[in-house]
Amino acid sequence: MSLLILIAFLIVGGLIALFSERINEQLPRWVSLAITILALGYIWLFCRQLPIESFSVIPNPTDGSSWLIHLRLEWIPRFGIAFELAMDGLSLLLVVLTLLLGIIAISSSWVEIKFKPGLFQANVLWSLAGVIGVFLAMDLFLFFLFWEVMLIPMYLLIAIWGHEDKAYAAMKFFIFTQFSGLLMLLSIVTIAWQAAIINGSYSFSYFDLLGVPFDSSLAFWMMLGFFIAFTVKLPSFPFHTWLPDAHTQAPTAGSVLLAGILLKTGAYGLLRFCIPLFPEASMEFAPIAMALGAAGVIYGAVLAFAQTDFKRLVAYSSVSHMGFVLLGLYAWNNLALQGAVMQMVAHGVSTAALFMMAGALQHRLHTRDMNQMGGLWHNAPRMGACAMFFAVASLGLPGLGNFVAEFLVLVGLFAVQPWFAVIATLGLIGAAVYSLWMIQKTFQGEPNNELVMADFGVREMGTMAAMMIALIWLGLYPQPVLDLAQPVLDSLRVFLVASPQLGGVS
Amino acid sequence: MMNADYQSLLPLIVLSAGATILMLQIAFRRGIVLTATLTTFVLLLAACSVVPAASSIPRLVTPLLQADHIALLFCALFCVAAAVTTVLSIDYLGQRGDQPEEYFLLLVLSTLGACVLAYATHFASLLLGMELMSVALYALIAYPDKSVLPLEAAVKYLVLSGAASASILFGFALLYAATGTLEFVELGRQLGAIPSGDLMLLVASFMIISGIGFKLSLVPFHAWTPDVYDGAPAPITGFLASVSKAAIFIVLLRWFIEADLFRYSILIESITIIAVISMLVGNLLALLQKNIKRMLAYSSIAHMGYLLIILVVSSDSNYRALATEAGIYYLVAYTATTLAAFGLLTMISARHTVRENVQLDDVHGLFWHQPLLASLMLVSLLSLAGIPLTAGFIAKFYLFNVAITGYYWILLASLVIGSSIGIYYYLRVVFYMTRWGDEQQSTLSLVNRPLARIISCALIASILLLGIIPQPLMEYLKSIT
Repeated sequence: MSLLILIAFLIVGGLIALFSERINEQLPRWVSLAITILALGYIWLFCRQLPIESFSVIPNPTDGSSWLIHLRLEWIPRFGIAFELAMDGLSLLLVVLTLLLGIIAISSSWVEIKFKPGLFQANVLWSLAGVIGVFLAMDLFLFFLFWEVMLIPMYLLIAIWGHEDKAYAAMKFFIFTQFSGLLMLLSIVTIAWQAAIINGSYSFSYFDLLGVPFDSSLAFWMMLGFFIAFTVKLPSFPFHTWLPDAHTQAPTAGSVLLAGILLKTGAYGLLRFCIPLFPEASMEFAPIAMALGAAGVIYGAVLAFAQTDFKRLVAYSSVSHMGFVLLGLYAWNNLALQGAVMQMVAHGVSTAALFMMAGALQHRLHTRDMNQMGGLWHNAPRMGACAMFFAVASLGLPGLGNFVAEFLVLVGLFAVQPWFAVIATLGLIGAAVYSLWMIQKTFQGEPNNELVMADFGVREMGTMAAMMIALIWLGLYPQPVLDLAQPVLDSLRVFLVASPQLGGVS
Repeated sequence: MMNADYQSLLPLIVLSAGATILMLQIAFRRGIVLTATLTTFVLLLAACSVVPAASSIPRLVTPLLQADHIALLFCALFCVAAAVTTVLSIDYLGQRGDQPEEYFLLLVLSTLGACVLAYATHFASLLLGMELMSVALYALIAYPDKSVLPLEAAVKYLVLSGAASASILFGFALLYAATGTLEFVELGRQLGAIPSGDLMLLVASFMIISGIGFKLSLVPFHAWTPDVYDGAPAPITGFLASVSKAAIFIVLLRWFIEADLFRYSILIESITIIAVISMLVGNLLALLQKNIKRMLAYSSIAHMGYLLIILVVSSDSNYRALATEAGIYYLVAYTATTLAAFGLLTMISARHTVRENVQLDDVHGLFWHQPLLASLMLVSLLSLAGIPLTAGFIAKFYLFNVAITGYYWILLASLVIGSSIGIYYYLRVVFYMTRWGDEQQSTLSLVNRPLARIISCALIASILLLGIIPQPLMEYLKSIT
């Protein structure tokens, strides 16, 4: 029940934020901050009630009751659809990440939003609720529902509070995800139908559908439906074209949410649904998926280097970093999977910070064009230091979270597909080039006296410091995160027994 | 006829008696509120009368009418839809035209025609219902406004609809010549004796399909749709788009099932082709529209294309019950959604008598000065687009489930592509509604009574309810199909 309460709490919180605007324009942001923090506190409370051993128990993927928390309420028995939520270590990790980045998003939009702040904060909270629903839903119908519904507040965030080209960006974002989502719906309905023929009754539950022997030629196409939906969201080359537009045009909080957590729903979907549901088809497809991942790493890095718009640069760097996640997932050995999970967390934090930086710059200078910047360090040394920190985090400096993630992916990948590992490593060089180039164009260089801007204040420094600490912690002592996800990875790896292509080191 | 026969036809009897009473009432004393109240009462009474009628079904009342659960369900649906249209029309009519009372009489007659179609199991009753419904609609389209656009729409609809009816009638005549019967079931039996390649059958089916295709506005018989939708007064467009389409579809489905026309694969194949091009053409042309009513017209073409999937899937007798269930759900959801969308257009256009406020620019910033109306529009657009938590999504989910039973990949692919295209033009309206700042504030002034607002809130609630708790209706539909 506690999972339902968590989601309902965020939705109701959105309504409170919406109406609190009538009392005071300043109130909505405080309300939504309080709601998010309370939600985090709530998770902490109910996790504390669980015995500590339960976090290291390997959950049975076909039996929800062995998970940390499991809730099943009948919903549409006509088609065997239930309101089924469950949480294991992986979901817990991602839910906590979601809420933490939610706080960052709210903080980053603290002074930016003047128009209808109540509705803005409500949309932020509703998209958090949708994303958390995606991470928790264990009924495929319910999963699809959250998958689609989380788009609407995000669409509104971009369409209402976005920048100059918001109509185009919001529409493109929605159509890409909707089209791929319909392909996934088609796949979901098909596998439920297949399972209904085999089992004799309809069910959309993940626990029932897992391990059903689907007709192999059909399974490949169904897998593709899931794969496209998830890689559009990830996004992977060649489905990434919505991302630079959406990120660039979104308000800062929208970019933070998009990059920080919405992209992770794609990675999560691949790991939780696409590969375990169709192990053989995924195994066949793995080389292509990895090739797309490697291409994304290089392509994203090259395009990032070609940008003059700060936000677009960060957006393309996301394409590059998410390529590592795709590589790690389809390498499907323990190290690579650990790396992929780590990358989801670390990239969420570092990119959120960079988007917040972009938002802060735009708020102060009214431009995102890096050609018009330069020498900003002189006026705003605190901003410069923060930007430097997150730029080197993003390029994978050892000691920070992103390095651990990319290193693990590359080591795991090398055991399976050495050549892809070599190509992906080139991406790291690209990352160094564009990250440092970005810093040179903006903060370094001759001080320009026309560009006078206020430095970070206490609120912004506090947020940045929190993210720095998180990245350093992830870089120096990643074990708690890995320990939390490990039982889940172990349980999922059962579905794909070691094979020449997908086996390897453990 | 026995008492039980009369009882099973109760909705039709109530509507006929109601129409007579209304006529007398108008003759004695004019008054729009009085007539509207009486009309609503009659329609709701007719809707309620399906409950006593349900106790004496199924039965064949004369060879013409088949009283069963589906007929009663649709009677109730049509009556409720007409009642909603009545309430929405009050303010709209109050602002324009003199002596608008007969409008309500025509509405009841049109509803009666639709209800007869729901019962029809014979070509005579089919034609009777169809003509009763359409003839009343010609007048309704032209009635409230004396300007050019509605008149043009009415004449266009009259001429083309008349031609379509003639074509259907000719098709019936040929079928009668070949088989000697006009009853659906008997026709099915007689057709078995005739070789399937018979030229007369081919011509007959071609004429009937094109006539029905016109009535359902399927591509390539769709050209009238945008003009008529645009010209007709907004409440009538809603009625035309929902009730008349649903009535024709349900009689088509009944005809196909009872006469077992599924044995003609050429028929099923041509329906598949019509479905695919309707989905694609409807959605593509809707992209180009700047007028919301025309956009909804093209979107209804696409929706009718989606609906034809039901007919194709029904050809497999194992899944016919599931397909019928899905079809009924789709029609219920589509009726509620369409009524809501046009209801909102009615409400924002009620004041202006020169033209209706149905351009995209007219809803500019609606979210900020009419948040309630805009949210209602948002919900109905999302339902048309098939976004989860709305009735439209469950309906689309049904279609997916139905089409997957026979792996109709072409239909499924068109459904996916069509729906994705659809997102663009539905969301464009949402985008216009959320615009702010750069342009002048829209000068919409509303004259709505609280009743119209209550009705539209109820419509939205029903769309959300059907989308969130679909189980009761699903369970009921499963039990009657």
